[in-house]
Amino acid sequence: MAKTKRKVPPLNGSSMADISFLLLIFFLLVSNMDVDSGLARRLPPPPQTEDQTSVDVQRRNLFIVLVNARNETMAANQHATEWYANEAELRGEVGGKVALKDRIKEFVLNTSNSADLPELEEQDFDAPIGVVPVTASHVVSIQNDATTSYKAYIAVQNEVVRAYNELREEGAKKYFNTSYGELTEMQQKQIQDLYPQRISEAEPKNYGGQ
Amino acid sequence: MGKFNKSGKREVPEMSTTSMPDIVFAILFFFMVTTTMRSETLLVKVTVPHASEVQKLEKKSLVTYINIGPPADVKLGTGTQMQLNDRFAQVGEIQDYIAQEKASMNEADQPLMTVSIKADEDTRMQYITDVKQALRQAYALKISYSARKGEN
Repeated sequence: MAKTKRKVPPLNGSSMADISFLLLIFFLLVSNMDVDSGLARRLPPPPQTEDQTSVDVQRRNLFIVLVNARNETMAANQHATEWYANEAELRGEVGGKVALKDRIKEFVLNTSNSADLPELEEQDFDAPIGVVPVTASHVVSIQNDATTSYKAYIAVQNEVVRAYNELREEGAKKYFNTSYGELTEMQQKQIQDLYPQRISEAEPKNYGGQ
Repeated sequence: MGKFNKSGKREVPEMSTTSMPDIVFAILFFFMVTTTMRSETLLVKVTVPHASEVQKLEKKSLVTYINIGPPADVKLGTGTQMQLNDRFAQVGEIQDYIAQEKASMNEADQPLMTVSIKADEDTRMQYITDVKQALRQAYALKISYSARKGEN
């Protein structure tokens, strides 16, 4: 056997680009970039006993938002009752009614300490918020009928969340002089404690059937 | 100065493409990391409603999906159907489904499990309410109503 030095020819790498392009296009096609987004909610745990299904709430602490079978919305607290025929009215764009979010904000804040709005309790929220009166036991109850459309329900949910988000934004402006999104996690927690989302999604009721 | 004379033919050297695979691989890895595979084919038609206050669902591994809407195949009618995994299911099967999904999760992550309800905007609330009650029974209490960002 003759020992001759064999020259290994250099590997041609020009087709590598084609192969990797092929891979790239495959991944582009089979993958989706969009992140799922939605309105986050927390459900109450299932009732353990029969009598646990309802909780007594004082009338003044309760704000009922009812979406009926014709997708009309009723917003009622002890102070006033308002009907909204469609989503545009809900947002206060047409019809000249006070928007749902503004009514909820008024309800949650109760700046005038009205007897028709939730009771105020002094609570300590640490510096720089300090001791402020808040409506700690208010409840926004969203109720729906069996034939309410999901779209109308989500529109109402959205307005309620918007009211809370605006309250938190205003709180951040007031106490930290910046927007809510730029606060640290600790500060956001403080604001969340100040304006907790107290939304109840009631058990279904069949209003039309009785 | 002789150094700068312009005599002699100048040739533009051929561009080296040896770094092209590296660049393409970099893009490839970017896409592989940032995207997720399309996991299931939808058997129901879902047009999720619009909402302006949506939050992004972080950590895909913690999210379980429930798709609700009319069947994509028109032969199956227009009644509301629910899809769990790759097949149609009844509301009563949710508990088993949730238990199964929970079991496949890391134990530390189990309390953080979020159920994303992807429901068609024309669905009747009765169906959603039934699903919600079933989720309560299954102790899947963190839910998210899937919605697209934007005003209507």
